[in-house]
Amino acid sequence: MDLKQLYQDIILEHGKSPRNLGKCEGYSHEAKGYNPLCGDKVHVYLKLHNGKKVEDLTFEGDGCAISLASASIMTELVKGKSFEETKEIMDAFLNMIKNTSEIQTNHLDEDEKTKLMSLSGVKKFPMRVKCATLSWHTLNSAIKGKKEEVNTEAID
Amino acid sequence: MDVNGIKSQFPIFSKKINGKPLVYLDSSNSSQKPLCVINKLNDFYKNEFSNIGRSIHSLAVNATNKFEETRVSVKNFINAKFKEEIIFTKNATEAINLVATTFGQHNIKEGDEIIITELEHHSNYVPWHFLRENRKAIIKFAPINEDGDIIISKLKQLITTKTKIIAVTHLSNVTGTIVPIKEIVEIAHKKNIPVLVDGCQSVPHIKVDVADLDCDFYAFSAHKVYGPTGVGILYAKKKWLEKLPPYIGGGAMISEVKKDKIIYASPPEKYEAGTMPTAEVITFNESIKFMESIGKDNLIKHEKEITIYALEKLRKINSVKIIGNPKNKAGVIAFTIKGIHPHDIATILDEDGVAIRAGHHCCQIFHEKMNLTATARASIGIYNTKDDIDMLCKTIENCRKIFDLK
Repeated sequence: MDLKQLYQDIILEHGKSPRNLGKCEGYSHEAKGYNPLCGDKVHVYLKLHNGKKVEDLTFEGDGCAISLASASIMTELVKGKSFEETKEIMDAFLNMIKNTSEIQTNHLDEDEKTKLMSLSGVKKFPMRVKCATLSWHTLNSAIKGKKEEVNTEAID
Repeated sequence: MDVNGIKSQFPIFSKKINGKPLVYLDSSNSSQKPLCVINKLNDFYKNEFSNIGRSIHSLAVNATNKFEETRVSVKNFINAKFKEEIIFTKNATEAINLVATTFGQHNIKEGDEIIITELEHHSNYVPWHFLRENRKAIIKFAPINEDGDIIISKLKQLITTKTKIIAVTHLSNVTGTIVPIKEIVEIAHKKNIPVLVDGCQSVPHIKVDVADLDCDFYAFSAHKVYGPTGVGILYAKKKWLEKLPPYIGGGAMISEVKKDKIIYASPPEKYEAGTMPTAEVITFNESIKFMESIGKDNLIKHEKEITIYALEKLRKINSVKIIGNPKNKAGVIAFTIKGIHPHDIATILDEDGVAIRAGHHCCQIFHEKMNLTATARASIGIYNTKDDIDMLCKTIENCRKIFDLK
């Protein structure tokens, strides 16, 4: 049963054909993320309009179905959001994975929340949580303009 | 060989994992423990515990004797000449670090060369890298071919007058390649170059005779040989142990301590500072007895049969690719499934009680060479049966179903 929750159709579909793959033109922010335990890599490219709105968000990456799907869904949901909204969505997602049973934010509609909740299956697979959170931590790093690569082993 | 009889000696196989019988295919990582080993550890703590060494009381004498009995058993097990050539460490990694550090201090200066191979586990690379950092040594990698065999002719070409040591695995923990150590040692010794062998994967699965190999150093760990964690073994030729400086300083490794000078103990004590994993070393003797009760020939024959069966069955599954095809292969099988990442494979298999490993198996150099980021790995132990392989294949089919592969 747990496997079905982990590998929901939406995850498999995004894992197979990730959206917003590649390097977006004129990106203003970028960051790399790496999980040394499994070798998953992600590189996030973000284009901020007037420093306020996420005009474009893309990624390059190599990893399992969960990590690719998470990055893909993230780019879909965050694109078009304001800087502040992005931060709140990010926190809401990471909070859901760690603590809560739902996504607590007003900046996503019900369909979008459902989409994001498809990643909640990892909660029953502690070794796979970092697969789902890597791209989000990397987006956070890009927004903050951090130079060093995100390393999942350095994040709690 | 009665594999079911052997399997029944391992209590873990009566446990259910995720509600399913355990199919353990991760012995390259660490082996499960037979009841005799578990009982021995328990028994020692319950009835015989004492530290070893200086104390005069009966328990200490008994523990010291038992500790030294293991040393003799290990010596016989790998056919070393002297029991003083067997050093206990905390793991094989520490054994290799011991050699890299003390040998480096003694023999390596700027521009000197160390040859390792593209097959090495990180534990037979990183300790040498320290010498690259600290002493400006140069590390050269003997290349492997697509089959996962070391190209011996290329290794030979890497040797120069600056080559100070060759460090090489006996058995790859990814491809299962059995490396022709004897041949490498002969090449090296012709130029007076010592050879360190990483024997972590070989000692539990193939015959190891250090006298016949004539290598200078041989490192392995007890926990992969059906023994307890916390014990590594370094075999080193006596001449090296006498010549090289000590590694860790403290109690038990000294013979005399004055304010102005310290005289070290002779090997093996010279390299065994502080309280050792006493109970674990003593327990390891049971693992050796267990291995000997089966017999290496029987063990090799059984594991070969299971490996061939596994390779045949896996090759029949569409989209499964076995990594490497070495001339001599032991029961370590790395594979990929097109369209499914190894971590997804490992998670799905685990739900059915099948334990494999996924990742780079501490061999990033190898994976990079093969253009892979990760592989799945099934590795075979004495307790594995054809039923285990059938279950592995069945769960791989389940992965393919979940990921809708044709």
